Amino acid sequence: MASKVIHAYYDDDDVLMHAVKKVKAANHHIEEVYCPFPVHGLDKAMGLAPTRIAITSFMYGCLGLIVAIVMMNYIMITDWPQDIGGKPSFSYMENMPAFVPIMFEMTVFFAAHLMVITFYLRSRLWPFKKAENPDVRTTDDHFVMEIGIHDNEAALKELLSDTGAVEINSLEK
Amino acid sequence: MASHYEAPIRKPLVLGDKGYHDVSVDIAAPVERRANKQWWIVFSIALAAFLWGIGCIVYTISTGIGTWGLNKTVGWAWDITNFVWWVGIGHAGTLISAVLLLFRQKWRMAINRSAEAMTIFSVIQAGLFPIIHMGRPWLGYWVLPIPNQFGSLWVNFNSPLLWDVFAISTYLSVSLVFWWTGLLPDFAMIRDRAVKPFQKKIYSLVSFGWTGRAKDWQRFEEVSLVLAGLATPLVLSVHTIVSFDFATSVIPGWHTTIFPPYFVAGAIFSGFAMVQTLLIIMRKVCRLEAYITVQHIELMNIVIMITGSIVGCAYITELFIAWYSGVEYEQYAFLNRATGPYWWSYLLMMSCNVLSPQIMWFKKIRTSIVVSFIISIVVNIGMWFERFVIIVTSLHRDYLPSSWTMFSPTFVDIGIFIGTIGFFFTLFLLYARTFPVIAQAEVKSILKSSGERYKKLRDAGQPLYQINKGANVTSSVTEAESTTDDDTGTEKVSSLLDTLGSFDATKETADDLKKVKGIGPQMEQTLNQIGIFTFAQVSRMTEKEYNLLDEITGSFPGRAQRDDWAGQANRLNNKD
Repeated sequence: MASKVIHAYYDDDDVLMHAVKKVKAANHHIEEVYCPFPVHGLDKAMGLAPTRIAITSFMYGCLGLIVAIVMMNYIMITDWPQDIGGKPSFSYMENMPAFVPIMFEMTVFFAAHLMVITFYLRSRLWPFKKAENPDVRTTDDHFVMEIGIHDNEAALKELLSDTGAVEINSLEK
Repeated sequence: MASHYEAPIRKPLVLGDKGYHDVSVDIAAPVERRANKQWWIVFSIALAAFLWGIGCIVYTISTGIGTWGLNKTVGWAWDITNFVWWVGIGHAGTLISAVLLLFRQKWRMAINRSAEAMTIFSVIQAGLFPIIHMGRPWLGYWVLPIPNQFGSLWVNFNSPLLWDVFAISTYLSVSLVFWWTGLLPDFAMIRDRAVKPFQKKIYSLVSFGWTGRAKDWQRFEEVSLVLAGLATPLVLSVHTIVSFDFATSVIPGWHTTIFPPYFVAGAIFSGFAMVQTLLIIMRKVCRLEAYITVQHIELMNIVIMITGSIVGCAYITELFIAWYSGVEYEQYAFLNRATGPYWWSYLLMMSCNVLSPQIMWFKKIRTSIVVSFIISIVVNIGMWFERFVIIVTSLHRDYLPSSWTMFSPTFVDIGIFIGTIGFFFTLFLLYARTFPVIAQAEVKSILKSSGERYKKLRDAGQPLYQINKGANVTSSVTEAESTTDDDTGTEKVSSLLDTLGSFDATKETADDLKKVKGIGPQMEQTLNQIGIFTFAQVSRMTEKEYNLLDEITGSFPGRAQRDDWAGQANRLNNKD
C-alpha cells in the first residue's frame, strides 16, 4: 500500500468503467473502487478474482444434510426405535420419506446462514463496524477510484482528469 | 454501454427525469420526514388492535383453549386457518425477491423491499398461532430435539407439525438475513445523509459499516443470487410442508396429493394480493409513484390472474377426483362443502378466488388502480375462506355421523385474529417510517436501462453519458481553499437572484425557511442576507444555483442538493 493515494471522483458508472479500463491499460494498480450500487462488469475490468462464496454455500449445505441424517437416524432408529403409528423404524431407509422435509430444510438452513456469516466475516461487516468509504457521496451518486501514488502524482492526475473525473484529491493515508 | 441496451418495446420502470441522486432523495425522504397526523392515527388504530389481541392471547393462555369456539370434533379452526393464511401471505415477498431475481425481472426492484418486509411481518404473525393454539404453550420448547433429563426423550420426526417447526423457523430466519443483507447499502445511504447525530448512530449500527467496495459488491451480488436460489425451493417447501398438515391425514377432503402445489399457488395468489394492497397505499403516501408505477401494478395483477387460474384449476381437479374416486366419504365431503351448512363460505371462496381474478384479462381493469385495490382485498378475503372451508368443512362432518357437529368462533378467536392484523400493520407502519422502502441500490442499477430519462436519451439517439475531460477538476483537499473576493461574490449573488427572482418586501411576506429540512437559523440568516426569503425562490433552485450558493456561503458544500431544498420548498409552497 502506498502511503499517499489519489481519489478520483466520478458521477457516472459508464464513465467510471471507461476510466477503470484506461487506468488498467496504463498499468496502474487500482487499490479500490467505492460505488453506490453494483456496477456490472466492474470486478472483471478491475481484474478482481471471482468470489468463491457460492462454493462455500454448497459445502455448508452438504454439512446440513449430514447433520439432519445423523440426527434423525440416531433419534428415530438407534436411540428409541419405537412404533409410532405403524411407521417402520427398523432402518433409516424404510422410514426415509418422512425424514425428507427436515433433511431439505436443514440443508437450506445451513447453506444460507453459514454463507451469509461467511460473507459478513470476509467483507468485514458487523453491527459496530465503522464505515470506511472516503466520502459520503459514494453511497449516493458518486464513484471513487483509489490509486496509490508512487512519485507519479502529476502524471496520474493528468491521466485521471482525461478520463472524466469530476474531482481529484490526493491525500496521505 | 452495451449492457444497458433494452428493447424499445419495454416501458420505463422509473418515471420522470430521475438521476442517481434523485433516487436517493426520493427514497430517503419518507425516512427523513416527520410522521404526519394520518400516520399517527393509523398507527394508533393498529396498535389498539394489537393490544386487544394481546389481551385475548393472555386470556386464552391463562384460562384455557376452551375460551375458543373449538369442540371435540373440530379441533382446528380459526387458529390454523389464520396460521395458513398468514404463511401464505408471507410467500409473495420471497417470490418477488427470489424467483423474480432468478428470472431477472427488473420490475421487482421497486417492490422487493416492501414485499420482503411483508413476508417477515406476516410470518411473525403466523408463528404466533402454533404456540398459542397449544394447550400447554409453556412446554412448547419440547418440540425441539434438545438432550434432556428424561433419558434424553426426543421428538418424533414423522409429524408434519414438527416439520412445520423446522420449515417456519428456517423460512423466517433465511428471509430475515436475505432482507437485511439487501438493506445494508440502503442503510448506508441513509447513514451518509443523516444530519442528526442519533440518526447517524442508528443507521451506522444497522448498516454494519457497509462501504461499497468493488469486492463487497461482487460478493454481495453472489450472495443475493445464491440466497435467491435457496429461497425459491424454500418457499415451495415451506408451504408444501404446511399443506402436509392436512394432506398426510386420513380425513376425506384433506387427504389429497394436489395440496402441495395447490397451496403454494394459493400462497402466491394471496401474497401478491397483499403486496398489491400495501403498495397501492404506500406509493401514494410515500410519494413513490415514479418508482411503483401502474406497470408494476399491472404486472402484479397478471401474476394474481395466473395464480388465481391455477387455484381455480385445482378446485375443479378436486371436484373431478372426488367424483372419479368412487369413495363416498370423499364425494360427500365435496357435496357438503357445496350444499352443507357452510355453503356460503364455499360460495364466497369460489367467487372471490376463481371469478374475481378473471376480470384481470381486461387491460382497462388491470391497469386501474382502484379496481386493483378492491380485487386485492377481495382475494385475501377469498383466500381466508379457502383455508376455513378446507379445515372446518372437512372436520365437522366426516366418517362417523354420530360425531357430526358445527363450529362457530367466539370473540376470543376473532380477537386474536384482529390482534395479528393489528400487529402486522404496527410493524409495517414502523417499517415504512424507518426503513428505505425501495432498494435504492438496485433501482440505481437499472436506471440506465429502464429509467425514463435514459430511455428518452436513447430514443433521441443521444449518448447516455459524456466524458468531460479535465472539466471541474477541483484541487486537492490538502491545498487551502481559495476565498472568494467581494467583487465576484456580489456578482454571484446577483446572478443567483436573477434566476430565483428577487424578494419584494412591500408585496410579499417572508416564509419560515427553517421549515425546509437542512436549513437552520444560521443558514436562514445567510439566505436572507443574499436576498432569499420565500419558498418560491428556493423551489427554483437547480444544480447551477446550488453550486452558486455553495460558492457564496462556503459552508456545507453539496448540502442543499443532498437535502433537495428545491423539492421540499416546492411542496411547502404548494401547501400554503
